[in-house]
Amino acid sequence: MTEPELDLVDGWVERELAQEFPELRLLNTWLDVRPTRSPPEVRKRLRMLADRYTGGKVVHMRQDPVPWAYRVFSRQVGIDPDHDRTPVEAVALRRLKQGGLHSENIVDDALTIAIAETGVPLIALDAAKVDPALGLRLARAGETLDGVRPLSARQLVVADADRPVAVVLGDVSRGAGVTPETERMAVCALGVKGVPRICLEEALWSAAETLYTDASA
Amino acid sequence: MRVPDVVDRPMYGDRISPVPIREALPDERAVRRTLLDQVARLEGELASVFCATWPRTHMPHPTVGGRGGGPRLLSLAELEELRDELAGRISDARRALSDRTWVEDGNRRLIEEMMLEPERHRWRRVSAEDIGERGCKHWHVRPRFGLVGMLMNWWRVVISSGCPLAT
Repeated sequence: MTEPELDLVDGWVERELAQEFPELRLLNTWLDVRPTRSPPEVRKRLRMLADRYTGGKVVHMRQDPVPWAYRVFSRQVGIDPDHDRTPVEAVALRRLKQGGLHSENIVDDALTIAIAETGVPLIALDAAKVDPALGLRLARAGETLDGVRPLSARQLVVADADRPVAVVLGDVSRGAGVTPETERMAVCALGVKGVPRICLEEALWSAAETLYTDASA
Repeated sequence: MRVPDVVDRPMYGDRISPVPIREALPDERAVRRTLLDQVARLEGELASVFCATWPRTHMPHPTVGGRGGGPRLLSLAELEELRDELAGRISDARRALSDRTWVEDGNRRLIEEMMLEPERHRWRRVSAEDIGERGCKHWHVRPRFGLVGMLMNWWRVVISSGCPLAT
């Protein structure tokens, strides 16, 4: 398998947010991939990944540098990371509850693998439904996600030039998420204090590698 | 050559755009930064206390609830409240862990005494959980040769081989 060529772009961060969290960043890349069923190679990789988890490892995960950095960030923005789990802990907990990491589709599987291996939260968006200039900002008064779900004042969101497309460490807007019809997607990695940029790059590379497994099969 | 005078320097206000109302003022920003650092440090301590309780299953887990409203920029008062709550929970959790380890130390000493003088601890049973360890292992003072041992005062410590096999 050849390594995918990635164009990594730093997303913008609103000034007020950057002043509060100077190392907060969003690293984006665009991939020409259509969501399909995961090939056997990816499903095998998920199984191998699941075998690496143990109860003790999951408990002590919160002391590892990268998961800890996201726990701290969650706490600083008012989330209880023991209730609303950070993505890497959510994957670990899913593994313990389900007894494995079950394959869903190539996109979800790629994100799961990348999150589990690097600890960096990732989201995938349909590139046709979002503006290329993605970044981080605070929700404005009266803004909603999907036009339905109201956002609380000063909530942290991933946004394009027009509207919020996802809540940071939370849900992705249905109007911006990946669907079976997606032909090109944007994958975004969230960086916080204590997580070097190379970790975000590694997460995006890992996701892209898995996503292109399907294309090269 | 003319030396630039102090009065030639641009005024501070010329270079900086007016501060929007929503932004934190410089002194408030320093306070916020300090509070965020304190929250980070306390979260680390909370994680280490939580991990120290592992694998004890009957310990209260030190948790601090979210502030509600999803991930958002907290106000100064909310940050202070969060910091105080974290500090309180850590203190409670440390005290509970300290009490628990004191009991576990006593149980370890008891096991040693049981091994040395089993006849003084007849039928006494201490489990791995009682000394803060994982598994189903236990130390049990029982008579040798059943009824004969009871009549002759022959006692010994039987150490179980672990958890029963899953059926």
